[in-house]
Amino acid sequence: MKIALLITEGPYTHQAADSAYQFAKSALAKGHEIIRVFFYHDGVNVGTRLTTPPQDDRNITRMWQELAAEFSLDLVVCVAAAQRRGIVDTDEQKRHGKDANNLADGFRISGLGQLVESGILADRLVSFGD
Amino acid sequence: MNDPYEEEGAPGGVVKKFMYINRRAPYGTIYALEGLEVALVGAAFEQDVSMVFIDDGVFQLKKEQDTIETGMKNFSPTYRALEMYDVEKLYVEKESLEARGLSEDDLLVPVQVLEATALAELIDTQDVVLNF
Repeated sequence: MKIALLITEGPYTHQAADSAYQFAKSALAKGHEIIRVFFYHDGVNVGTRLTTPPQDDRNITRMWQELAAEFSLDLVVCVAAAQRRGIVDTDEQKRHGKDANNLADGFRISGLGQLVESGILADRLVSFGD
Repeated sequence: MNDPYEEEGAPGGVVKKFMYINRRAPYGTIYALEGLEVALVGAAFEQDVSMVFIDDGVFQLKKEQDTIETGMKNFSPTYRALEMYDVEKLYVEKESLEARGLSEDDLLVPVQVLEATALAELIDTQDVVLNF
């Protein structure tokens, strides 16, 4: 089955990014295809390169990066939500004259259209939020 | 609009039933505003879209919103623009209206009022359901 995921809450504050990760991992192990993971609302904060969680706790961003690398997942951070919340890649940095960028490797910034498209292309769009 | 992320049309001609369920008040959290943005951007994909308002979500459609003192933008006029984006199917849950002392007359756009059970049946017919 082709599955798309939507994550609408930020890391640590909500469990959404963890639950989605566990779900993705299980689905992939069962041979399903995750065609896109879309991060919206505060979910865009999963895409920060600058997270330093406590040593004895999980690193949510890195978990997603490693899963994405292993299974060639498309991790997409919504541009509008990212602009509001200060998640910036090099293009956005130039476009808006910012003095830094902070998007984690393995994530890409794109439009809400990618979310709607994933709903059309997938057999199921599964949301993780609050 | 100079949007580098613009896409258009139904991919591969596929048309699915998309439902956006709005449960939260228009102000206090961002879900209403960002949820509305999905409906607007998504319109370019020419899918079969319904928007549903339940619980405090019914307040999103309330007339005469005055946000001046909050310093926040009153985005309620945008709901009137939905029609121009081919989002014409707006449903409001009857029980949510009544619990809040509201009627259809309080709303700024034409809607279909459905009881919870009818709404549940409608949700069942959808291909993609998003909650905001």
